[in-house]
Amino acid sequence: MNVLAVRDLHVHLGESHILQGIEFDVREGGVTALLGRNGVGKTTTLRALLGLVDRRGSISLAGEELAATATHRIVRRGVGYVPEDRDVFAGLTVEENLRLAERDAEPRYDLVYDLFPELKERARQPAGTLSGGQQQMVAIARALLNENRVLLVDEPTKGLAPLLVTQVADVLARVAELTTVLLVEQNLGVVQRVAHDAVVLDTGRVVHVGPARELLADRAMVHRMLGVG
Amino acid sequence: MSTFVLLTITGLGLGALYFLIASGLSLIYGLMGVLNFAHGAFLTVGAFAMWFVESKLGGLSTLPRFLVGALAGLVVGGVFAALVELVLIRPLYRRHVEQVLVTVGLGLATTALVVAIWGNDARPVAYPSWLGRTSTVFGAHVPNDRFVLIVAALLVLGGLTAFLRGTRYGLIIRAGVENRAMVTALGIDVRKAFTLVFAIGGVAAALAGVLGNVYFTTADPNRGTSLLIFAFIVVVIGGLGSLRGTAVSAVVVGLVQQYANYYASSGLGDLSVVLLLGLVLLARPRGLSGSLA
Amino acid sequence: MRLVRALALPVAVLVVLALVPKLAVDLPYVFQDSLNTPGTLQLLALCLVFGGLAMTYDLLFGFTGLLSFGHALYFAVGVYLVAISLTKWHWSFAEGLLFAALVGIVLPAIFGAVSLRVGGIAFAMVTLAFAQAGSILAFKNPFGWTGGEEGLGTDYTKLPSAFVGIFNTENLYWLALGYAALVFVIVRFAVGSSPGRIWQAIRENELRVEVLGLRPYGYKLICFVLASFLATLGGIVYVLLEGGATTDVTSANFTLTLLVMVVIGGTGTTWGAFLGGVLYTWANQRLGDASSSHAVSSLPGVLRTPLGQPLFVLGVLFILVVFFLPGGIARAGRLRRALRLS
Repeated sequence: MNVLAVRDLHVHLGESHILQGIEFDVREGGVTALLGRNGVGKTTTLRALLGLVDRRGSISLAGEELAATATHRIVRRGVGYVPEDRDVFAGLTVEENLRLAERDAEPRYDLVYDLFPELKERARQPAGTLSGGQQQMVAIARALLNENRVLLVDEPTKGLAPLLVTQVADVLARVAELTTVLLVEQNLGVVQRVAHDAVVLDTGRVVHVGPARELLADRAMVHRMLGVG
Repeated sequence: MSTFVLLTITGLGLGALYFLIASGLSLIYGLMGVLNFAHGAFLTVGAFAMWFVESKLGGLSTLPRFLVGALAGLVVGGVFAALVELVLIRPLYRRHVEQVLVTVGLGLATTALVVAIWGNDARPVAYPSWLGRTSTVFGAHVPNDRFVLIVAALLVLGGLTAFLRGTRYGLIIRAGVENRAMVTALGIDVRKAFTLVFAIGGVAAALAGVLGNVYFTTADPNRGTSLLIFAFIVVVIGGLGSLRGTAVSAVVVGLVQQYANYYASSGLGDLSVVLLLGLVLLARPRGLSGSLA
Repeated sequence: MRLVRALALPVAVLVVLALVPKLAVDLPYVFQDSLNTPGTLQLLALCLVFGGLAMTYDLLFGFTGLLSFGHALYFAVGVYLVAISLTKWHWSFAEGLLFAALVGIVLPAIFGAVSLRVGGIAFAMVTLAFAQAGSILAFKNPFGWTGGEEGLGTDYTKLPSAFVGIFNTENLYWLALGYAALVFVIVRFAVGSSPGRIWQAIRENELRVEVLGLRPYGYKLICFVLASFLATLGGIVYVLLEGGATTDVTSANFTLTLLVMVVIGGTGTTWGAFLGGVLYTWANQRLGDASSSHAVSSLPGVLRTPLGQPLFVLGVLFILVVFFLPGGIARAGRLRRALRLS
C-alpha cells in the first residue's frame, strides 16, 4: 500500500525547469530516502509535495489527489514537514513553537517530551537562542505532535556535530516505527541506518528506485549517482 | 518651561496619532508583505462615517452623539478594511505587486469618492466641550484632546501586544511575520489572519480618523493621504513589521516635528522628519528595529 | 534596411501628430472641439507632456527597476524654477531655462547619490521623503517665491512671444510634441546602449551584475540623473503650457498617478508608457468635462456624483486593469524585484 504516489511532477522556477517529470512511490510504514547530489531538486520535490512551490502533475496521498490543493489543507490531511533549515520561529518560545503546530484534538506532548526532554526544560526560551541541534529537535517535535500519514524530512542532520547526528538518527529510527517517512539526507550513514527504500534524483529526474541497502552496498553506483565514496 | 511641556505633550499626541495609523501599516506589511496605500482611506472612511452619523443624530446631546458617531466610525472602518482584504487583496494571493497596485488605486478612488459626495472642504465635527478645553500641567495649558490621543494610543499598543502574545491568532500573526510559508506548512490557513490584520488596521486607522476629527476639529477628505505619508515614514524608520519599533518611531517623529516647528521655524518640523528618515535609512537601511525593510 | 523599417512607424506617427494643428477634424466624444482649436490643442499638448514624463518614469522603473516615489519632484523643479526665476527674480527666459535645466542635473545627482545607497523599500521611501520635502517647501512659500497654496503665475512678458497668447497654442503643441519625441528618442537610444543593457540586467538580477565585476551603483545613478533631467525638461514645457506653477505637481498623489500611467500602459516598453501617459491625461480631463455635460447631469445622483470625480473613475479603472488586464501588469515583476518582496 502506497502512502504517497507521485506521477509526472514538474516544477518551474523562473526560467529553470527544476523538476522534469518526477515519479516515485512511498511505501507505507517505511523510510524512503530521497537521494542525489546537491542541486538536483530534492528539497524542491518536498516543497512541491507540500504545495510551497507551483507544480504540475499528480500527487496522491493514500489515494487522494493533492496536486491542486493549498498547502495548509495538504498538511491537515496528515503530512508533517521538517524543513531543511529548521525554520523555527525565532521570536517565539519553544513552547509557543510547539503550540502553534497543534492540529489534533490531543497533541502528543508525552511522545514529544519523551523523545526530547530538553524541550520541556527550555519551554520558555526564545527559539532563536537555541543551538542548531536544539532547533532541530523543535522542528522534529513540531511535526510529531500530530498524527501524520507521512513525514517529509529534509536533511535533519545538516550542520550538526557527529554526536547530534547520531541522536537525530536514533530519533528518526524511533519515528519510523510510528509514521511513514520520506527523508532527504546527504549523510549516507544515517540513510544506511534508517532507510528501507531509496529514490535517487539527478537533474530533476528519477534515475534509480530500489532497496536502500542494495544501493548503498554498490559503491560504484553510489559514486556515480551521489558523487561520494 | 511651560512651552516645552506643551510642545512635548502635543508631540506625544501627534505621535499617538501617527502610531494609530502606522501600527496597522506595520502589521499588514510584516505579515502580508503588502504596502497598503489604501490605509489613509480607512482613516478617511472612519472619519466621515463618524461625521455622517453625528449629522443624523442632531437631536441628541453632544456626548451620546459623539460616542455613537465615534463607534460608528470604528465599526465602518474595520468592516471596510476587512471587505477590502476579502474582495481585493485575497484574490491576488501571493501576487504582492498587484496587491500593492490595487491599494494605490483604491486609495485614489476612495478619497475621490468622499470628495465627490461631501466636497473638498473640511466639515466641523461635534465633540464634548471638555475635549476642547485645556488642563494645566506644570504651568502649561494643554488641550485635553492630546491626553485622549495618548491614552488611546497606549490602549491600542497594550491591546495589540496582549492580543499578539495571548491569543492563538496573535501567535499565528507573530509567526507569520517571521515566516509566512512555514505557518502554512503547519496546516494553518494564514489567509484568515490576513483578513483579521486588515480589520485591526482598519479599526486603528478609523480611530485615528475619529480622534483626528477632534484634534483638528473637522473631518477632512485629504487628511488621510497626508497623514499616510507620515505614517509610512514612521513605519520605515521604526522597522517594518515591528510594533515596538513603530511605537518608538512614532514618538520620536511626533516630538521632532513639534520641537523643530517651534524652536527652529514653522514648517521646518515636517522637513526635519523627512531629514530624519533619510539619515536613519542611510545609517540603518532596515530601520531602527532592524526588521526587514 | 532594418533601421529604416524600425524607424518607419515612429516617424509616421510623428508626422501625423505634427500635422494635427492644421487639421480641422472633429472627433465627437474624444474632444470637445475640432483638432485645430486652441482648447483641443492645449489638451493634446498636455497629453504629450505627460506621455513624455511617463516615459522618463518608465526608464527609471520599467527598465532599471528603480521604484521611486519621488520622481514628480524633478518635474516640479522644472515647473517652479522657471516660474520663480522669471517672475520673482526677473531673469531672462534663456537664463531661467538654463538654470532650471542645470538644477535638473545637479539635484538628482546629489539626491540620487544619497538615495541609491539603499535599495528596495528604503529607496522608495527616501525618494518619497525628498519629494515630500519639496512639496512642503512649495507650500511654505519661502521669501514669497513659490506662491504657496495659490501657486505662481509666470510673467508672460518674459516669455518668447511665440509661446504667448491663445493663438500660439499650436506652437506650444509643437513644443510639447518635440519634447515627447526627444524623450522617446533618448530613452530608446539609452536602453539600447551598453549602459542601458546593464540597467536591464540590474533590474533582472542585481547580484549577478555585481558578480560580473560591475558596480551597479554608478549605473543606477546615471539612469536616475538622466530620467530626472528629462522630467525637469518636461516641467519646463509644462509651465510654458499652463502659464504658471501650482502645488498639484508636488503632491504624492501626482507621483502615484505616474505609476498608474506607466503600469496601465505597460512597463518596460517605451511606447506603453507614452500611451499610458496620454490616455490617463486625456481621461482625467475628459471625465472632468463629462461630469458637467448634459448626459451625466441627467443621471441619477448615485451615479452622477462618483462619475464626476475623474480620480474615482481612474482609480476604479486602474483596479480593474490590475485584476483583468495582465498585459500591462505582466511587467510588474519589476516591482516585486524592486521591493524585494517574497
